[in-house]
Amino acid sequence: MATIVKERTAAVTAPPGRRWEGVTWSAWLWIAPAVILLLAFFIYPLIETIILSFQKTDLLGNVTGLVGWRNYQQVFTDPLLLGAIKNNLIWLVLATTLTVGLGLVIAVLVDRVKIEALVKSMLFIPMAISATAAAIIWRFVYAYQPSGSTQFGLLNAFLGLFNIAPQSWTTNENFATYALIVIYVWIWTGFCMVIISAALKGIPDEVIEAAKMDGAGRVTMFWRIMVPMIGPTLGVVITTMLINILKIFDVVYVTTGGNYGTDVIANQFFKQYFLNSNYGVGSVLAILLTVAILPVMVINIRRMRAQERERQ
Amino acid sequence: MIATQLVRATEKEQAKGKYLGGWSGSVLTILVVAIGLLWSVPTFGLFISSFRPFQLITSTGWWTGLVPPWHFTIENYQAVIQQNGMGQAFINSLIISIPGTLIPMLLGAFAAYAFAWMKFPGRDWIFFGVVALLVVPSQIALGPTFTALTSLGLTGTYFAVWIAHTAFGLPFAVFLLRNFFAGLPKDLMESAHIDGASTWRTFWTIALPLSVPALASLAIFQFMWVWNDLLVALIYLGGNPDVAPVTLSVANLVGTYGQGYNLLTAAAFLSMILPLIVFFAMQRYFVRGILAGSVKG
Repeated sequence: MATIVKERTAAVTAPPGRRWEGVTWSAWLWIAPAVILLLAFFIYPLIETIILSFQKTDLLGNVTGLVGWRNYQQVFTDPLLLGAIKNNLIWLVLATTLTVGLGLVIAVLVDRVKIEALVKSMLFIPMAISATAAAIIWRFVYAYQPSGSTQFGLLNAFLGLFNIAPQSWTTNENFATYALIVIYVWIWTGFCMVIISAALKGIPDEVIEAAKMDGAGRVTMFWRIMVPMIGPTLGVVITTMLINILKIFDVVYVTTGGNYGTDVIANQFFKQYFLNSNYGVGSVLAILLTVAILPVMVINIRRMRAQERERQ
Repeated sequence: MIATQLVRATEKEQAKGKYLGGWSGSVLTILVVAIGLLWSVPTFGLFISSFRPFQLITSTGWWTGLVPPWHFTIENYQAVIQQNGMGQAFINSLIISIPGTLIPMLLGAFAAYAFAWMKFPGRDWIFFGVVALLVVPSQIALGPTFTALTSLGLTGTYFAVWIAHTAFGLPFAVFLLRNFFAGLPKDLMESAHIDGASTWRTFWTIALPLSVPALASLAIFQFMWVWNDLLVALIYLGGNPDVAPVTLSVANLVGTYGQGYNLLTAAAFLSMILPLIVFFAMQRYFVRGILAGSVKG
């Protein structure tokens, strides 16, 4: 997303090489509040978390000694934690594919109808709502009553029309994680759709016309013209979704609390660190999340530096 | 590029005569409307449910309440506001969100201004450092900062969440504003300088007023982020229900009244009202802000 803001302003940016001031030592005062807070809330905790990840703590959270790599071993051998990691991978693959995929398809569809703005708003509204509220909204979709009683959950009532037996969507280990992913997809598809739709509108009309002249059908147009033309945007959207989904917490915490086989890394981090005072394992989980985003961080900085050089 | 496209798409919606007409156009319109309705139904269901008496909420589907005889009531709202402290939680959310939006904007603007218009050793490296923090998950910070704030006796106070939201919001605020400031006309800044205006004065009278669009997007994004946040409130305020914001109170209601659907409906809807108003009133800025910032850690 970084790129979006950046690229909007890039065109009008003055070259930083020719500023109107010499060295301004008071600049340090201008950046001091921000830098001090960032050091306190990112750099100090990062170092502290790394240290904690090699230590063992008792139930009160007192450090009882160094344990080497044992906490790391535990994260990758304990079935509970492995289950959370496995679910996170399911989330990353499925939720990313569905949000970006649906966003792309719907963006292409709404591009051709007159009520585009209205439909876009309808899909974008969930972005304004907290994941906590979204989880409550979906309770009324997933609500379950034993077979035979009146279903007040929308999904089970709907399936009942076709004589399909009601399911307890959020407490059945076989599909609870998928039920949560659906909630997330409901929240984020509108976001993907709006960005992709903007990119689609940026494809020059001549390109579309030329493809039509050459006899490109709708499917060819989609895969051979539209998707490649908006490739960079898709890259940004996919990265954004991967980063967000990696840290998925609210939806899981509010809907199932991580029970019924729905645990994820961020929820286990919360449980281990803040409920069990197991700082060692909690810290390893936080480090795991941070290491996973390192490639994105490097890409962001490289892109930023390249752009700065261009400006000079 | 992407942003120019975005601006074009959201602000200069122009009909290019590409709308499908005829039979296939109608089919497409119906399909697209169906998708829109499908997306709206869950929220609409909660809205209807929140006005239904509690005996009916769990015995009949909310859709049956749409046909007469109607039994709509506001007693769910009365109950959560008076007995479950949602009224207080709403006020708490405001107390948390307003400084939680303004402080990071102000500190971010100071830093961004220095990064954009002052020359000092290490400037670029520090700025790249801030950009790097954009995507860092807040989980890395929660544990040690919680311990530190606890030892200072600050957990469970508004101050803890203000400072946390400020810190977590800063990388994006600095990033967004620095790019905007850097794009301000150089001549204007120079002439202000030549006229003898101090840097401080130039910042307040020229840079900030010219940056209202960026500030508005940032304000809405940060406000929505803080208002809708659960994790930061859960960690730093977890033990103190008196200062809990609406998200945390709703999440706690789920814990205590797992089946108390009538209370949950009204509570959840209360938590959504303000973001929805912001969304409808300032959709353009909202979309811009949220698109610009969703990669934040």
